[in-house]
Amino acid sequence: MERNPLRVSFAGLELENPTILASGVLGYSAESLDRVVRAGAGAVVTKSIGVEPRVGYVNPTLVQAEAGFLNAMGLPNPGIGVYVQEIGHCKTVLRAPLVVSVFGYSAQEYAGVAKKAASAGADAVELNVSCPHVRQTGAEIGQDPKILKEVVENVKAVIDVPLIVKLSPNVSDIALLGRAAVEAGADALTAVNTLKAVAIDVETTRPVLANVKGGLSGAAVKPVALRCVWDIFEELPDVPIIGCGGISSWSDAVEFFLAGASAVQIGSAVAFDEGIFNAVNRGVLSYLRRKHLGSVKELVGLAHRS
Amino acid sequence: MSAWLTAANTLRTTEIVQIRTESPTVKTYVLPDRLCCKAKPGQFLMLWIPGIDEIPLSIMEAKNGLVSVSVKVVGDATRHLHGMEAGATVGVRGPFGNSFTESRGRILLVGGGTGVAPLLFLARQLSAKTERLSFVEGAKTKDELLFVRELGGICNEKSLITTTEDGTAGLQCLVTEPLASLLDREHFDMIYTCGPEVMVKKIFEITEQRKLPLEASLERLMRCGIGLCGSCMIGKYRVCRDGPVFTAAQLREVKDELGVSKLGFDGSRIPV
Ligand SMILES: Cc1cc2nc3c(=O)[nH]c(=O)nc-3n(C[C@H](O)[C@H](O)[C@H](O)COP(=O)(O)OP(=O)(O)OC[C@H]3O[C@@H](n4cnc5c(N)ncnc54)[C@H](O)[C@@H]3O)c2cc1C
Ligand SMILES: Cc1cc2nc3c(=O)[nH]c(=O)nc-3n(C[C@H](O)[C@H](O)[C@H](O)COP(=O)(O)O)c2cc1C
Ligand code: FES
Repeated sequence: MERNPLRVSFAGLELENPTILASGVLGYSAESLDRVVRAGAGAVVTKSIGVEPRVGYVNPTLVQAEAGFLNAMGLPNPGIGVYVQEIGHCKTVLRAPLVVSVFGYSAQEYAGVAKKAASAGADAVELNVSCPHVRQTGAEIGQDPKILKEVVENVKAVIDVPLIVKLSPNVSDIALLGRAAVEAGADALTAVNTLKAVAIDVETTRPVLANVKGGLSGAAVKPVALRCVWDIFEELPDVPIIGCGGISSWSDAVEFFLAGASAVQIGSAVAFDEGIFNAVNRGVLSYLRRKHLGSVKELVGLAHRS
Repeated sequence: MSAWLTAANTLRTTEIVQIRTESPTVKTYVLPDRLCCKAKPGQFLMLWIPGIDEIPLSIMEAKNGLVSVSVKVVGDATRHLHGMEAGATVGVRGPFGNSFTESRGRILLVGGGTGVAPLLFLARQLSAKTERLSFVEGAKTKDELLFVRELGGICNEKSLITTTEDGTAGLQCLVTEPLASLLDREHFDMIYTCGPEVMVKKIFEITEQRKLPLEASLERLMRCGIGLCGSCMIGKYRVCRDGPVFTAAQLREVKDELGVSKLGFDGSRIPV
């Protein structure tokens, strides 16, 4: 039987291909996640879920920026108590691994939500410790190695599915935070979440986003995200990294593999083309053939050796 | 519209050049906008009310560099908008979403509330090309029947049926009531509808029984408007991007949710 060169496995997860839907994009309902799997994603991540329901900020919550988007949704989510039903529903329809993204305001909250998500059937849990736009969550936790460790340890103690920690790029030394997460029990790292940013309208002389500050995603952040993956791989060459930020073509994805990523997440590019997952997969496959390589794994971190 | 024009559609500010009062609760706003003035019937725009909110609104008219939307007061954002005067600055993104398909032959449009706005846009476009255009419009009371004069100029007198719940104008009944007998009496090549979802659901049931083609414009909570955030799902469809106009075949796929449930502001499933 011929091996599928796109197949990747890391941290106990088996993916048919290395493209994953990033958290917060089409991530609420089982039907929408299923649609993304049918469009070619090897795995999907849900919207970040917390303890309590949150309605998020009023609009504008998303605005187009130069080569990307600025969003401050305010973590709208139904709360894990309700969302466990959706996870159950997902498990009956999805033909790819389901990663549940989790956020909280304390280590206890993270652990409580992660535990419920895992028992409801999540194939893995991703901690959103880097969400830059809600006060008292995200930024603080993901920017402080001590707090980050405490959160990861607490979660690790209560789940037995793979634990992924999604790092913030809004730090001076991302590899340091990556190391803290791994020492506390993270099985893989996602790099990165959005970059803190602001958009101002000159006619009304006002910030556009209702929350003023938001997170920048899309093509504009790609070189920064790539550097983050590079730095983490240099520090932690044996830890699986999921590259994320501005990927909109197969060559973007290959750049992330070469920098050290074992898989990639795609979010913003979905707005341009829902066929992005298949397009990336096809492109990576023909690149592998052209380079006479047998698998994505052979690409991981290759740029560091030259 | 192309994916690029949707995804890279940046917010721009513009000035309200005209405001018209259509009913005690509905006002029409006319804005210059070089992209939205090229919109097709069925498309919508995101209107930013600076410092307040950004809301989805169906396009009612688009020509000569201008775009118009008709807005009913229902809450905070729409109340602020109703308080604004000509000359005020607002923001626009769009036009977004798909549009009604252009059909020929005998056409029936059924509208309720501000759902009449996109149908008026459609009726104006179709009137030149169709054999006959009929319109059934419903409202709670006479004052809230929108665009009766405009529609009267497009459809002939016999082809415009109005209904009110209190009997102050037209037939005293729901908009769906005259429909069944009209459809049994006359043949229609296409039916278009927009309005409250319970109305749309009822119309869908009536056209399904008779195996008639239907296109319905739906509403869901919208945030990004460009198919990213997942706030506006109905079944596997994004109302902002795959809709807001859906065919009978698509409505069949989402019939468990149509008129029944939607995603609320916190992403949980709530009753429509
Ligand atoms: C595609 C589309 C086209 C629309 N076209 C028109 C139109 O032509 N004319 C018109 O008067 N209204 C239209 N609406 C509805 C309009 O967007 C809401 O009435 C408006 O957002 C209410 O804002 P508010 O702050 O005044 O009310 P709120 O008090 O905030 O809410 C009242 C109700 O309005 C709805 N609503 C609120 N915010 C949103 C949102 N961001 N997206 C969708 N629904 C929301 C909810 O059902 C809510 O319960 C349309 C909605 C959609 C999705
Ligand atoms: C509309 C939107 C909502 C997002 N919501 C979340 C979220 O809830 N949790 C999270 O960890 N990341 C969230 N993100 C960040 C993305 O998962 C991703 O890290 C970021 O957008 C960079 O990738 P991209 O350039 O491919 O979009 C969101 C991004 C966007 C555009
Ligand atoms: S409003 Fe964001 S996906 Fe439709």
